[in-house]
Amino acid sequence: MLEVSGLTTVFDLASGPAAAVDDVSFEVRAGETLGLVGESGSGKSVTALSIMRLVQPPGRIAGGRVRFKGRELLTLSERDIRAIRGAEIALIFQEPMTALNPVFTIGDQIAEALLVHGKATRREAASKVVELLEAVRIPDAAARARDYPHQLSGGMRQRVLIAMAIACKPSLVIADEPTTALDVTIQAEMLDLLREMKAAFNLSLLLITHDLGVIAETADRVAVMYAGRIVEHGPVRAIFRDPQHPYTRGLLRSMPGAADRGRLRAIDGTVPVLGAFPPGCAFHPRCPDRFEPCSTTPPSELRVGDAHAARCYLNDPSQVASRASRGSDHASPTTGRQSRTDGAR
Amino acid sequence: MALVDVSHLVKRFVRGGGLLRRGTTVNAVDDVSFAIDEGETFGLVGESGSGKTTTGRCLLRLIEPTAGSVTFRGEDVLALSRARMRLARRDMQIVFQDPYSSLNPRMRARQIVEEPLVIHGLGAKEARLERVAELFRLVGLDTAHLERYPHEFSGGQRQRIGLARALALNPSFLVLDEPVSALDVSVQAQVVNLLLDLQQQLKLTYLFIAHDLRLVEHISNRVAVMYLGKIVETGPTAALFASPQHPYTRALLSAIPVADPDAHKRRIVLDPASVNRAAPLREIAAGHWAAI
Ligand SMILES: Nc1ncnc2c1ncn2[C@@H]1O[C@H](COP(=O)(O)OP(=O)(O)OP(=O)(O)O)[C@@H](O)[C@H]1O
Ligand SMILES: Nc1ncnc2c1ncn2[C@@H]1O[C@H](COP(=O)(O)OP(=O)(O)OP(=O)(O)O)[C@@H](O)[C@H]1O
Ligand code: SF4
Ligand SMILES: [Mg+2]
Ligand SMILES: [Mg+2]
Repeated sequence: MLEVSGLTTVFDLASGPAAAVDDVSFEVRAGETLGLVGESGSGKSVTALSIMRLVQPPGRIAGGRVRFKGRELLTLSERDIRAIRGAEIALIFQEPMTALNPVFTIGDQIAEALLVHGKATRREAASKVVELLEAVRIPDAAARARDYPHQLSGGMRQRVLIAMAIACKPSLVIADEPTTALDVTIQAEMLDLLREMKAAFNLSLLLITHDLGVIAETADRVAVMYAGRIVEHGPVRAIFRDPQHPYTRGLLRSMPGAADRGRLRAIDGTVPVLGAFPPGCAFHPRCPDRFEPCSTTPPSELRVGDAHAARCYLNDPSQVASRASRGSDHASPTTGRQSRTDGAR
Repeated sequence: MALVDVSHLVKRFVRGGGLLRRGTTVNAVDDVSFAIDEGETFGLVGESGSGKTTTGRCLLRLIEPTAGSVTFRGEDVLALSRARMRLARRDMQIVFQDPYSSLNPRMRARQIVEEPLVIHGLGAKEARLERVAELFRLVGLDTAHLERYPHEFSGGQRQRIGLARALALNPSFLVLDEPVSALDVSVQAQVVNLLLDLQQQLKLTYLFIAHDLRLVEHISNRVAVMYLGKIVETGPTAALFASPQHPYTRALLSAIPVADPDAHKRRIVLDPASVNRAAPLREIAAGHWAAI
């Protein structure tokens, strides 16, 4: 369905070019949900925008390939990519208020999406709009279609965005933090709705979030992003049960609920900002397991299980062996496989 | 005796009123009562707009309640004169949600932390600076960064500055209004640990307002759940999470995303018709009350 490989998107900052998305590869298969998880500034939104070719200067796509249903999106003409946007790939943005135009009714905005892509005639549009609003369970849809965005609650606005996203029956929906600003009860409703729409319309979903709970409940496979790179990806069960990257392990351990009452197991340090990503493995200043090669050369992706890979030297037997023979500066040299028992420390 | 005792608190806002038109009134806080014991963490949860922030602000009289009473160490806070309130306020402080907008961008970190000492006329310049440095160390900030401006700090560090400022006057009670919501997941845990350490070290009492129910469950001794301006359920954290009684609490707890792909959960959808808004709180088990 969607195959991203080696995607690199650079921002030309005053201090020089900096890769916000650095050699990112993943695929979204037909009918599945890929969860893209990471902290603020890790490059999730820029990845989504790059796929849709919506990156604005000072940002630019510097390399890589994005294949969608066999077509290369990065070299398509502006006209062809516009025909795909909204119609075949829909994007649900982080902020519902900025994604809706305050001066048009929601009905007009959904109708516009249908008309632009020739999915309805002017005559059919009104009834299709009501159908779509009903599909996302907006009560009294015909009357609500005449409302302006500010007359709706946050949850209803988010439903309108989902209605707009599915209006043209796309095969892929990219949802960028679709529930972050919502109450947990409304968030749960939205996730149910997305799952329902996915089944009803046989959608593939790229779900972007920083909430591991949302990922666990919604994704089939997971990609973990840190400082512009995907540091681990694999089936959702493998990521939660058998994480192989120290950052993934740290994130899971730091959640309240992972520990008994009392102090949480925090990751030291702060999230790096673009332009000041550490060299080598960008996680090394915060990594409890770092050793010799980590601060100089970025590790490449290594297979750690079935359809499961991580970018960490702990999974490179030759590095671990040379570390053991050198005598490590750490109390207990661990391999990736062994160190997952660290949770008990 | 409870440290903070809130009883029948009401805050009404008038909205959209003009010269000729009567506005509509919103009962943001509608007959709310609870008590917080010394040294405990009392969690306040509920959906957006249910009145949590308004409650917290009324306790400190940052806004004036419409009715009800608040006592602090047995003293009626709402009846205090301006001068007495100034003194009382030293003992009760608030930390805001947003580490980006809650600090004055034109002040240096040192000035931000020092300001409460200046306002209350405490200490000579040198003693104040000594105290600011001490507070910096207490919250884990580097004293080399005293003269930096807020934008030169990360989100987690800014929240530490807000905390240092709140602690400057040696309060015993802190209202923490979503203190970590704006922070990155990996940094949230650091600030939570700091709050736990400070509580032990300084014997602090917390009113902890948050929408992250997993976090509230982790750090609170007791919890109250607000729905449309009222407390609909309150009790010891473990009991309330294990056996929620009010339909809203049940819906809320069942909606928490579980970070376990194999968890089998059943979501309970709230039927607003099942909520009897007039039902008074009644005790279901020791200390566990629900409005059903
Ligand atoms: N227009 C821009 N100019 C300069 N830098 C930018 C611009 N847009 C994004 N960036 C930078 O690119 C990096 C990645 O940003 P991105 O928005 O993809 O993060 P994210 O993972 O979506 O974070 P969040 O969880 O906060 O949404 C960040 O460091 C950000 O500051
Ligand atoms: N200054 C004000 N004027 C008018 N209405 C107000 C004012 N402050 C709050 N309200 C209203 O009072 C109600 C309670 O708001 P409050 O901020 O206490 O909710 P909250 O529980 O803290 O919500 P959130 O989780 O979104 O922070 C809301 O309906 C809000 O719109
Ligand atoms: S490569 Fe090194 S620094 Fe990076 S996560 Fe692995 S052990 Fe830690
Ligand atoms: Mg983003
Ligand atoms: Mg609030």
